Amino acid sequence: MAINILMVFFALYFIASFSALGFGLLFLLKEMFPEQDAFVIANNYLFYWIIGDLLMRFFLQKLPVMSVKPLLTLPIKRSTVVNFVLGKSALSFFNFLPLFAIIPFSIMLISDGYETSIILTWLFTMIIVVLITNFLNFIIEAFSAESELSFLPILGVVGTLFALNFFNILSMTSLIGGAFLAIASNPILILIPIAILVACYVFNFKTLIKKLYLDSSLKSKVTEVNAADLSWTKRFGDIAPFMQLDLKLIWRNKRTKSMAMLLLVGVLYGLFFYPQEIYREMTFMSAFIGIFSTGFFLINFGQFIPAWDSGYYKLLMSQNIKYEQYLRSKFILMVISVVLLFVLGIPYVYFGYKILIAHFAAAIYNIGVNTHVILWGGSFNRKKIELDKKAAFNYQGTGAVQWLIGIPLMLVPMGLFGLINWLIGFGAAIVFLIILGVAGIVFHKRLMKGITKKYLDSKYKMINAFSQDS
Amino acid sequence: MIYTKDLTKTYNGTTVLNIEELTIPKGQSFGLVGNNGAGKTTYFSLLLDLIRPTTGSITSNSVVVSESEDWKPFTSSFIDESFLIGYLTPEEYFYFIGELRGQNKADVDNLTSKFEDFFNGEIIGKKKYLRDLSKGNQKKAGIVAALIGNPEVIILDEPFANLDPTTQIRLKQIIKNLAEKQGVTVLVSSHDLTHVTDVCERIVVLEKGNVVKDLETNPTTLKELEAHFGSSAIVQEEEE
Repeated sequence: MAINILMVFFALYFIASFSALGFGLLFLLKEMFPEQDAFVIANNYLFYWIIGDLLMRFFLQKLPVMSVKPLLTLPIKRSTVVNFVLGKSALSFFNFLPLFAIIPFSIMLISDGYETSIILTWLFTMIIVVLITNFLNFIIEAFSAESELSFLPILGVVGTLFALNFFNILSMTSLIGGAFLAIASNPILILIPIAILVACYVFNFKTLIKKLYLDSSLKSKVTEVNAADLSWTKRFGDIAPFMQLDLKLIWRNKRTKSMAMLLLVGVLYGLFFYPQEIYREMTFMSAFIGIFSTGFFLINFGQFIPAWDSGYYKLLMSQNIKYEQYLRSKFILMVISVVLLFVLGIPYVYFGYKILIAHFAAAIYNIGVNTHVILWGGSFNRKKIELDKKAAFNYQGTGAVQWLIGIPLMLVPMGLFGLINWLIGFGAAIVFLIILGVAGIVFHKRLMKGITKKYLDSKYKMINAFSQDS
Repeated sequence: MIYTKDLTKTYNGTTVLNIEELTIPKGQSFGLVGNNGAGKTTYFSLLLDLIRPTTGSITSNSVVVSESEDWKPFTSSFIDESFLIGYLTPEEYFYFIGELRGQNKADVDNLTSKFEDFFNGEIIGKKKYLRDLSKGNQKKAGIVAALIGNPEVIILDEPFANLDPTTQIRLKQIIKNLAEKQGVTVLVSSHDLTHVTDVCERIVVLEKGNVVKDLETNPTTLKELEAHFGSSAIVQEEEE
């Protein structure tokens, strides 16, 4: 349920943003380019819109081809099945979203005095172009599936177009813009985009009808094993098997892999803030950024312990394992990530030594307090995660726990740091964070004992919850 | 060895398992048969402390399974694919289980090499993740993993399902060998009456959670079981 609510929330957010863009764009353009025609400017930017749309779709939209498996054995013609798949893709959210921008923009243009017939033709052309992008994306994806480096075709297409435009070899912006304007003033030309759309559709139809067999496009992918030498984990003694398992878990599953990539975001997080003078003066901000940036992996990985292992939780529970070792392996991984992120973040000293000190205190706090807090919070997880599901926009496993845990994790240290910083001073606030962190490290054994007990107490509930289909 | 007393499991007022008393001696090959929803998997889950009994208890080697974890070192099991770790290769999975059970790589290699016939060249050295193997091959890997670490009690739920005929015959030999020669207590459940009668010294029939038959296997057992299930054209319940 929580997943659906979140998805609806995101959808509404995008709809709102696009509508705002649609209504506001005319004013914006008039303000920025007072002496030029807003409609012409808008058309010149369409090139970037189309390129962006194509990129977005490539990463997020897939042809719903798997859903037709049950249809294959029914007495339905193959061509009907293919038409059904392609038709279904035309009803995707990605095709409706642009309408929320295009239609308000058209209304604004008409009310601004543009000729209705021109704008309506333009609107209609836009809808056709959205559908062309839709089907073009599937053609690109079909080629991607055959090549080794699956990003290459899309980067090739987008890169070439972009380069042509950027180096003024072929001005794509004015070409596309000009084409739209020409169609708008000469409606008969709309037959050209319609022809392109039909061509894209037919191409998709032809490729798909050849592939609609269990051993081609409907085959589930078999991935090659990537084995790395993990013998260095041996130095961690009895938790080594679990650490190896955790590392393989992270590296061999789509969702966890993209989460590991977030380490990079953690490192770069400070760059959103520190270059701006205003944030550098708010010293308490650096504590917040420090906790967030050094704890980026800790938060993203930790919040779904033990749900990452939900697929084989029964196995773990029936095996001769020490729960404490299982949890300590996750603890060590999180500590390593915090240290790593802190070290990688040292260059932030460029923006002032205080930032480095604050990050250091935050890292100690993360190691001593937040690791334990997030492990403790994990014992309330009752939502399973299917590791083989897609990575982007996947909120499986997200429940109330993930929202509530943020309070002790982020808000409490920030609030306390801000308060002491304001009452006594920066130094005292730093010392305070470090003391809390060190206290956590000193009492690590005892804290882990309590946390382990919490997990043991919820054993049956977790096993039951993790074996439910969500 | 395994002693069950007054064991019941109730979900929302429906009793799915009710065993007054059941003793399984050491080294017995024990078969559990019954239709869907008879309580076979529930019993095995209780035996592994994966669900909590409503009343009663199971004692394994004088350890009450729901109170202590000391039964774990000598017990192993393969219930369903949720006992496999999909993103490991079979070898990695065997080594992982081995480490949990105090076996080093050489021990594990030594054990798995005995099952080359059983694997039929489709498991070891294939560089494939368990999640990408066929159902039958997944099952083979899971069953062999349950033999790692010299367990004294082995629990296999529906081990014959999804296996090809050759593998079924080999598995029967493996199970017989375990019980007769190594003194391992093997608990097996199955829908296939022929297989169970071939393998097990004793067969217990469950029906709607109750023990309705407790047979010592002899040449007429199969006939008796077939007669029992043939006559009882009862409405089947969906398995949970």
